[in-house]
Amino acid sequence: MPKNVTTASFQADVLQNPKPVLVDFWAEWCGPCRMIAPILDQIEAEHGSKLEIVKVNVDNEPQLAMNYNVTGIPLLGVFVGGELVKQVVGAKPKAMLEQDLAQWIG
Amino acid sequence: MRDVIIIGSGPAGYTAGIYTARAGLKPLLIASSVEAGGELMKTTEVENFPGFPQGLMGPDLMANFQEQAERFGTEILLDDVIEVDLKGDVKVVKTAMGDTYEAKTVILATGAAYRELNLPREKELSGHGVSWCATCDGFFFREKTIAVVGGGDSAMEEANFLTRFASKVYLIHRRDSFKASKIMQERALNNPKIEVVWNSEVAELHGEANLSAVTLRNTVDGSTSELALDGLFIAIGNDPRVWLVENQLELNDEKFIKVDGRSSRTSLPGVFAAGDVIDPTYRQAITAAGSGCVAALDAEHYLNDH
Repeated sequence: MPKNVTTASFQADVLQNPKPVLVDFWAEWCGPCRMIAPILDQIEAEHGSKLEIVKVNVDNEPQLAMNYNVTGIPLLGVFVGGELVKQVVGAKPKAMLEQDLAQWIG
Repeated sequence: MRDVIIIGSGPAGYTAGIYTARAGLKPLLIASSVEAGGELMKTTEVENFPGFPQGLMGPDLMANFQEQAERFGTEILLDDVIEVDLKGDVKVVKTAMGDTYEAKTVILATGAAYRELNLPREKELSGHGVSWCATCDGFFFREKTIAVVGGGDSAMEEANFLTRFASKVYLIHRRDSFKASKIMQERALNNPKIEVVWNSEVAELHGEANLSAVTLRNTVDGSTSELALDGLFIAIGNDPRVWLVENQLELNDEKFIKVDGRSSRTSLPGVFAAGDVIDPTYRQAITAAGSGCVAALDAEHYLNDH
């Protein structure tokens, strides 16, 4: 299960992480977020050594969502060296998601 | 080989599942990996589905459909169909996970996908102010100024729903009247937070990281104006999802799968279609469910004769 990240831990867990990090901005009430959760679990299980996966609950961490201009979820952001370098908006099937992330999990 | 494969998991797909499962046909229903439940998963309160006098939430209705289909033995697969071969007596269905399934009949209930405005920057700003799902994204627009584009029931529902969050909701429509049902129109027109912008279409999207404004074009005199917005929700209709089958089945002029009269029979024997993918007119949960029932009965008759 991907780790839950808060505003307080975002710096250490994401921005200063030596590995690329995929941040899943999600909420309980978001149906498509629930649909991709098991897919993210699988990607973590298969590629966790190369790409760390964490979750930000936008209900609990509105400031983080605002900082990254999130106005729609699920939004998946890839952070490398503290920079947001890639965003994937909306629920996608595993194969399409893997294509989007190929650079980091290939 | 199986008797029935159902592709799609909206009201049409699950109803076909319930009927074919109760007929002992052990259907396989391929529901999709991330869109299982279909369009109703994105709606809030469903007030017009008979049998639920108090109404219920769209996702709850779909959970009920699924539970009922599973109760009689429908096998549900969370995978995406990427290829079908429907021509022969043995229908072949391939999925994204690399599996191949064969059946004597296939019921297509693939529904319809939301339409885009087809404007430059639409993709870039998606998730950053541009949205197709009020229930998913409305939360981010507390006390913001937003707009909904469209004139049908879904546009009215979205606009009304979004007034829970937004301080102001413009409803942009390219004609001077709505095609939405009367009750939905009245709710929108009587909502003090909603302002209708008639005879207008969105011509351009503006903004850096987030949407900040749109250019509106008047459809009567061609004049343009700017409207500052934090969010734009697009509800301009749906197109039937036919890419899997468009080279194998006859489609009608509007690109819906063509069926024989009131039946669900397509141009290929053993292939049936139901729900929004055959229906340019009614497109309701209840009509889709009825259509799924028709397809199940047609498939059952076909299997009896073959």
